Amino acid sequence: MAKTATNTIARNLAGWLLPAALILAWETASRAGLISESVMAPPSAVLAAFVRLLASGELVENIGISTLRALSGFAIGGSIGFAFGLANGLSRLSRDLTDTTLQMVRNIPHLALIPLVILWFGIDEGAKLFLVALGVFFPIYVNTLLGIQGVDPQLVEMGRIYGMSRRELFFRVILPGALPAIFVGLRYALGIMWLTLIVAETIAASSGLGYMAMQAREFLLIDVVILSILIYALLGKLADSFARLLERLTLQWHPAFQPA
Amino acid sequence: MSVIALHPKQQQEADGAPATIRAPSPAPPTAPLAFSLRGITKRFGDKTVLDGIDLDVPQGQFVAVIGKSGCGKSTLLRILAGLDSPTSGSLTVAGGSAAERRSRIMFQEPRLLPWARISRNVEIGLTGIARGDVARDLSLQILQEVGLADSTEEWPSVLSGGQKQRVALARALVAHPFILALDEPLGALDALTRIEMQQLLERIWQQQKFTAVLVTHDVAEAVALADRVVVIDEGRIALDLPIPLARPRHHGSPETARLEGQILDRLFGRG
Ligand SMILES: Nc1ncnc2c1ncn2[C@@H]1O[C@H](COP(=O)(O)OP(=O)(O)O)[C@@H](O)[C@H]1O
Ligand SMILES: [Mg+2]
Repeated sequence: MAKTATNTIARNLAGWLLPAALILAWETASRAGLISESVMAPPSAVLAAFVRLLASGELVENIGISTLRALSGFAIGGSIGFAFGLANGLSRLSRDLTDTTLQMVRNIPHLALIPLVILWFGIDEGAKLFLVALGVFFPIYVNTLLGIQGVDPQLVEMGRIYGMSRRELFFRVILPGALPAIFVGLRYALGIMWLTLIVAETIAASSGLGYMAMQAREFLLIDVVILSILIYALLGKLADSFARLLERLTLQWHPAFQPA
Repeated sequence: MSVIALHPKQQQEADGAPATIRAPSPAPPTAPLAFSLRGITKRFGDKTVLDGIDLDVPQGQFVAVIGKSGCGKSTLLRILAGLDSPTSGSLTVAGGSAAERRSRIMFQEPRLLPWARISRNVEIGLTGIARGDVARDLSLQILQEVGLADSTEEWPSVLSGGQKQRVALARALVAHPFILALDEPLGALDALTRIEMQQLLERIWQQQKFTAVLVTHDVAEAVALADRVVVIDEGRIALDLPIPLARPRHHGSPETARLEGQILDRLFGRG
C-alpha cells in the first residue's frame, strides 16, 4: 500500500520534470539575451505580472468573469445536448424527427458563426453564452446518443425479464451503461468550452481573460499576454482533472478504473 | 390444480401476466403437471421453426432438450418463459397465483450488470418481490448456496466465467421459481468448470424442487442431469427418452454410454 502510494507520487513528479526543465532553460535563455524581450517575456517577468495583476484585483475579476461565462454556456449547451441525446437514444420517434437536422447543423463549425452572432447579440454576454453552448452541445449530444445506443440489448432484455419498470430500467441499466460514453463527451466538451470562450473573448468582449490578453497586446505587455495563455491552459487542465475525478468516482466498476 | 392457458395474443397483455382461466383439463396423469405445451408452432416469416410441439412435464422433473444448432431450442424455451408467443398452440402452466407460477430463464451469457456488485446483481432477481434488508438477506443466502459467499461485494468483472454463471443462477433462483429454463447455460465454460456447475445445478434442483428445462448441445450433460431427454428435429419432438438412472450419477458408466448412444443415433438419423 505505502509502496504503491510512493510510486504514484514519484510518477506524478516525473511528469513535471520536463516542464520545470523547459522553464529553467527559457529563463536562462532570456537572461542571456538569446530570446528578445519583444518576442517572449522571461518566466520571472510573467511571474511579476501575475503578482501585479493579482494585487490589483484585475486578474481575479477577469478569471471570475471568464469562468462564469464558460460554466453558464456549458450548463446551457450541455443540458440541452444531454436531453436530446437521451430523448433520441430512448425514442425512435424523437430520433427520426430530430437527428438528421442536428447532424446537419453539426457540420457547421460553430466558430464560423461569430460574425452572425455579433450581429445578433453585439458583444454582449449573450454572444459568448450562445457560442459556448453551441460548441458544447454536439459532443454531449452525440456521445450521450452513442452511449445509449451502445447499451447491451441483452442486459436490457434481462432487466425486462426480471420485471424492472421503465424507470428502473433507465436508472439501473441504460444510464449506467451509457455513462462511459457520456464521460468521453463531457471531457471533449470541456475542451471545446475553453477554446470557444478564448476565441469569442479575443474577438468580441469588454472583459474576461481574452479581453485582458488583447488589451495587453495593444500596450505591448507581452508578459501579460503570456500570463493569460498560461492561465487558460491551467483552467483547461483543471476542468479536465475535475471530469477525470468524477469519472473515476462513478465508473469504479469499470475494469479500466480498477486498481491493477 | 388450477390450469391457466396462455393464448398467444393475450399473453402480451399486462406485464405478460396470463389471461384467461380455462376449464380444468381432463384427467391429470399420475404426477401433477408443471406445464404442458399443445401444438406449439412458431414461424418467422414463412420459415417454420417449431411445428406442433406437444409436451407434458410433471412438477419437479428435470428435462433436457437436445437438437442440432438452429432447430428451435431457444425459440421453444423463450415461449416457455413467456418472452415470445407461439404462432399457434398453447402453453398451460399449473399452479395458483402468479408467484406460484413464476418462471425464470438463464442464458449462455451471464448478463450481469457490470456496474452492480454481485449481491446487487442477485437482488435483481427479487425485483417487485422483496426489497431492502429482506432482499439483501435472501441474496446473500442464495450466494452462499452457490458457493460465492466470499464474493458478494465484488464487481462482476473480477469473476471467472464459471463464477459469473453461478451469480446468474443465484439471481434466477433467489425468488424460488416454479420453472427454471436454461438455455445452454454452461456452453461457454471449460470442461472441468462445466462438470462442477452440473453438480451444483443438480444439488440445488434437488433442494429447491423446481421444474427444470435445460437446453444443451452436450449429450453427456443431458444424460448426467436429466430425468428425461427430448430430442427436437425439424420442428418436432423426434425422441422422448426417460433416463431412469439413480443419482448421484457417474460419468462414463456403461448405462449412460448406452443412453448417450441412443440419443446420438437419433440425432444423426441412424436410429
Ligand atoms: N427473431 C427471429 N427472427 C427470425 N428468425 C429467427 C428469430 N429467432 C430465431 N430465428 C430462427 O429460428 C431458427 C431457430 O433458432 P433458435 O431457436 O435460436 O435455434 P437453436 O437455439 O436451436 O440453435 C433459426 O434458424 C433462427 O435463424
Ligand atoms: Mg439457441
